[in-house]
Amino acid sequence: MNVVETNGLGKRYGGTWALRECTLSVPAGHVTALVGPNGAGKTTLLNLAVGLAAPSAGGVTVLGGAPAGSPAALDGIAFVAQDTPLYKNLSVADMIYVTRQLNRRFDQQYAHARLAQLGIPPKRKAGKLSGGQQAQLALTLALARRPRLLVLDEPVAMLDPIARHDFMATVQAAAAADGVSVLLSSHVLTELERVASYLVLLARGQVRLVGQVSDLLATSRQASLEELALSYLRETPAEVAK
Amino acid sequence: MTAQTMPAQPAEDTTQRPLPWQRMAGVIWRQHRFALVSVVALLGAIAVYLWILGSSLHNAYAAAVACHPVGSPACQDAVNNFNGIGNFLSNDIIVQVLPAAIGAFVGAPLLAREMETGTFRYTWTQGFGRWRWALAKLAALGLAVTVAAELFSLVLGWYYQPYFNTGNYALALNEMSPFNSGLFDLGRVTFAAWTLAAFAIGALAGMLIRRVVPAIAVTLAVYAGLAFAVGGFLREHYLTPLVTTSLNLPGSAWVLGQWWTRGGVTLSQATMVQVMDPIFARKIPAVPSGDVHLFKQEALASSMQYLTKHGYTYWTRYQPGSRFWPFQWIEGGWLLALSVLLIAATIWLVRRRAA
Repeated sequence: MNVVETNGLGKRYGGTWALRECTLSVPAGHVTALVGPNGAGKTTLLNLAVGLAAPSAGGVTVLGGAPAGSPAALDGIAFVAQDTPLYKNLSVADMIYVTRQLNRRFDQQYAHARLAQLGIPPKRKAGKLSGGQQAQLALTLALARRPRLLVLDEPVAMLDPIARHDFMATVQAAAAADGVSVLLSSHVLTELERVASYLVLLARGQVRLVGQVSDLLATSRQASLEELALSYLRETPAEVAK
Repeated sequence: MTAQTMPAQPAEDTTQRPLPWQRMAGVIWRQHRFALVSVVALLGAIAVYLWILGSSLHNAYAAAVACHPVGSPACQDAVNNFNGIGNFLSNDIIVQVLPAAIGAFVGAPLLAREMETGTFRYTWTQGFGRWRWALAKLAALGLAVTVAAELFSLVLGWYYQPYFNTGNYALALNEMSPFNSGLFDLGRVTFAAWTLAAFAIGALAGMLIRRVVPAIAVTLAVYAGLAFAVGGFLREHYLTPLVTTSLNLPGSAWVLGQWWTRGGVTLSQATMVQVMDPIFARKIPAVPSGDVHLFKQEALASSMQYLTKHGYTYWTRYQPGSRFWPFQWIEGGWLLALSVLLIAATIWLVRRRAA
């Protein structure tokens, strides 16, 4: 099963294409890294996949054929947007309550246990938590929905190194122990090195490279994900010049 | 750090019904309790104040009406006492502002804050679904502010009631037409309807503008423009006005225009001043200056009677007081239709809008 499948997908904002001619499949059971420089179209692709944006061209299906944004898609996908937006004036307990009410499945025990483990007090307002705690709260709420696909947009961009490590450890544990497929975007390649098993490389609104990390590394003979990505990104300006 | 793991996922249920609407009740309360409590507290405080002011107003009115014999110095005092009661509600601007304020501070931030802070990315990707979420919020909060306004308008109606009694005029007591442009929209139907309309304008403005403060400003401006246009131009056309040549129009009538004719020819204002002045001067007796306004009324009335007996006709175009309730329902009806339309447009935008 493919958790995300796009066909000639494109998105135009005004006169400029944020994403063009995007055709790819992301198989289930992977932590997939969506990599590319700023402005490459990562957020646009994720917004299309979670149904926040509607395509200007082509189509996108999720979880084995459900249209993005359809009730089945919303039930099965948990999304943590960039800068982890939360209702700042609601307490942590209220955020848990609201998320439970808005979803068919919600594992409240898991949510409370994880927040206790992280030392996040339930009575504190979400807006008063540190950046790392806010990110962990958003991730906990997403995972407690028991999604089949977890989508994270630049989840660690705003976090300090320790918070980054803790966050990625949680993601990795969910993927490993519970079989959650994960699709996460980042321009910080080093964070993805340990966790990503599948790679989608975007540049200038177009897909440059798709495949299993191990295969890609073997064929390209690059030593690391970072070098692999960089080698493809460096080629881009040359290609354009041609 | 060790990350806690979750139990295995349950099998997918392929024929799922949408989540029940009542799931939103607690969500709405937790997110909007401050706004809802503020509206109730504000309206409640003003209602208590109205009740205190209204009690003395009603007492003064009862005393003036019950006084015997009419015209005695004691009764004159009672009448002056009632007529002299003026407070901030006499020009009712404070109460006029309430629907706009509720609309701007409850309606406008509803979606604008979601867009401004980015929380729509969280909410619209939950299982409940974004257009159902928007419909639940708009319907519940719209209903809440409408009910609060309706309860408040009961107090308002009670407060102004002495001014609307027919027969005040005969007792020299202040009488107002319930059509009075500042009072009609405080009516039992219209006050709640205007509040709902302001809320709907705010919600749509918030969704279009996506920022809280500009959305509030636009809501207030649009509301003011609409209220002004309706009060100044639209309302008098709900039903075709009546025309009469009677000089004794009840105080409840809403006078839209008055003019003199003679032999089928309409006379200009300037002509009538020339005709009226000498007659008026003849009719007005020499009186102590303090009471002059009472005698002026009488002198004016008898001048007009004199003119109508001498070939002049005085025409009045008006809406009779009996049309008050039809007018309330007409205005309430189209405001409700407008609000439903605006809310539907807002939900359509939520459904359609790309992130």
